[in-house]
Amino acid sequence: MFIQQLINGLAIGSVYALMTVGYSLIYSLMSFTNFAHGVVVTVCAYVGYFVLTFFITNIPVGILVALVSGVAVSVLIELSTYRPLLLRNAKRLYLCIAGLGLSIMVENLIIIILSGRFKSYPSEVLSLGNLTVGNATIGIIDLVILLVSVVALVCLEVYIRTSKDGLAIRGASFSLDHASIMGINTDGLMIKVFAIAGALAGIAGFFCGIKYTAYPKLGSSLTNKAFISAVLGGLGSLPGAIIGSFILGILEVLVSGYISSTLRDVFSFSLLVVILLVKPTGLLGKSSEDKA
Amino acid sequence: MINSYWLGIMTQTGIYLLAVLGVCILTGFTGLFSFGHAGFMAIGGYVSAIAVKYGDLPLVAGLLLGTAAATLVGIAIGTPTLKLRGDYFLIATLGIGEAIRMILENWTFVGGAKGLTDVGKGISFPLVLLIDVVVIFMLANFLRSKHGRNCIAIRENETAARAMGINIFRYKLLAMGISCALAGLAGALLGHYMNYLQPTMFNSVKSNELLIMVIMGGFGSLTGSIISALILVPLPEVLRIGSAQEWRMVIYGLLVVLIIIFKPTGLMGYKEFSAKGILAFFSRLKKNAFKRQPKGGE
Repeated sequence: MFIQQLINGLAIGSVYALMTVGYSLIYSLMSFTNFAHGVVVTVCAYVGYFVLTFFITNIPVGILVALVSGVAVSVLIELSTYRPLLLRNAKRLYLCIAGLGLSIMVENLIIIILSGRFKSYPSEVLSLGNLTVGNATIGIIDLVILLVSVVALVCLEVYIRTSKDGLAIRGASFSLDHASIMGINTDGLMIKVFAIAGALAGIAGFFCGIKYTAYPKLGSSLTNKAFISAVLGGLGSLPGAIIGSFILGILEVLVSGYISSTLRDVFSFSLLVVILLVKPTGLLGKSSEDKA
Repeated sequence: MINSYWLGIMTQTGIYLLAVLGVCILTGFTGLFSFGHAGFMAIGGYVSAIAVKYGDLPLVAGLLLGTAAATLVGIAIGTPTLKLRGDYFLIATLGIGEAIRMILENWTFVGGAKGLTDVGKGISFPLVLLIDVVVIFMLANFLRSKHGRNCIAIRENETAARAMGINIFRYKLLAMGISCALAGLAGALLGHYMNYLQPTMFNSVKSNELLIMVIMGGFGSLTGSIISALILVPLPEVLRIGSAQEWRMVIYGLLVVLIIIFKPTGLMGYKEFSAKGILAFFSRLKKNAFKRQPKGGE
């Protein structure tokens, strides 16, 4: 029973990690909270639903389509909404509000066009079967989610550690202006970062669609979880984002498994408030006093 | 003359106006964003309702207790997060707003998701109007005072404000306190006016709406916020047809994005609506008209 819950928690935690890493990446570069991150997740969950239901029932194809559409939506958001503001050097909080406006708009457009009902992925995907290890039954879909997410995160880590763009991202996370003086094309870098965040959010959206069905508020409820994970691990820190996400995922599953499933979200948000009161910089947070 | 339906809408508008003014002080004048002000309304509403329903206290005591409770929670959440740079405060308000709503939904003592009924009536339109006028008067004076100017200085440039010797943290906390007090008062009034409370009355959509009204009215304009609240609060009542509610939110979202991109200062900008301002506007118009005449007159 415990092993089963643990694997489930790791799967959920890995989906949170995909979200949180994308959010933290944008936050560490531009120091603003991207409220439109949830839009990408919701749209990709629906894209995954339509591809799997009407075209081809194949999980790898679904992941690929979700990934590509995630990149497209995220870059589109950057170019249409954030770019005009960044060019004007607007206050960072204006970017937050623009993102919020965008997410309110898209959420309600989806309700109008596709109705607010929950859309469940085709049953072939959901019933992939179970694996029995000892006396624990583990859903294969959970293992797939965990595996794909970990591979995606490792790829990102290798990219940031070894590539030239990765070096630019690491440099820009210290100071965007200085990176720009050193000859880094920061406008191009931002598009790349939004593309990476979009790809991760696209995969996350697809997996959430499988686990929780697709619905208009999926993105915003998941973004809230990403915020909690980010604060738990330390705002702006990528390793912190991953650790925070897995901790939150496992704790949520344990709470809903052993106490009550209705208390899961109460627990998560109360956890956030407690962390902010006790240790606001989180587990791995840098001292955020000096990072203006 | 005015039937009770419209009187009801006017009363509700007056009540929500208080919460909008609270967000206006925090967001418009101090430059801090709260995505969870509906949560503070909920605290005010439920504390006052419990005090009146179970504690048998008079209505006024309930209103005061509700206001005080919301203020205390606001200061408690502001104290650790306002010291930090970055979006901690923003995430904290988002978290507290959601946490409060979810706790209320699962707490059977206050009726859970079904809500709390018979919380004590006694709010009438004249009373709300009186409170509105007093609050607006007090806020206008606050903004003209040294303390209000310090808040505005923080919004404009934090580093410069600090260099001028302003205690940034204290004034941010002050703005948060005032803002939460007003939200709590609005929540308490709403509960006693409607005679019931439900957690869904205080969901994140409500928080976002409060923020949107302030943004549309204009950053740093008390009258701008008042005008936009007077227009936008009754709007859903007028638009009670089909999917008008969803379209309303789509349009709000679009408007917010467009306003932020093209006219980030909102409807009124930093200007206040006053008789003096109107006269100045017309005299400018006249002057321009005279100026243009020689050019155009052939």
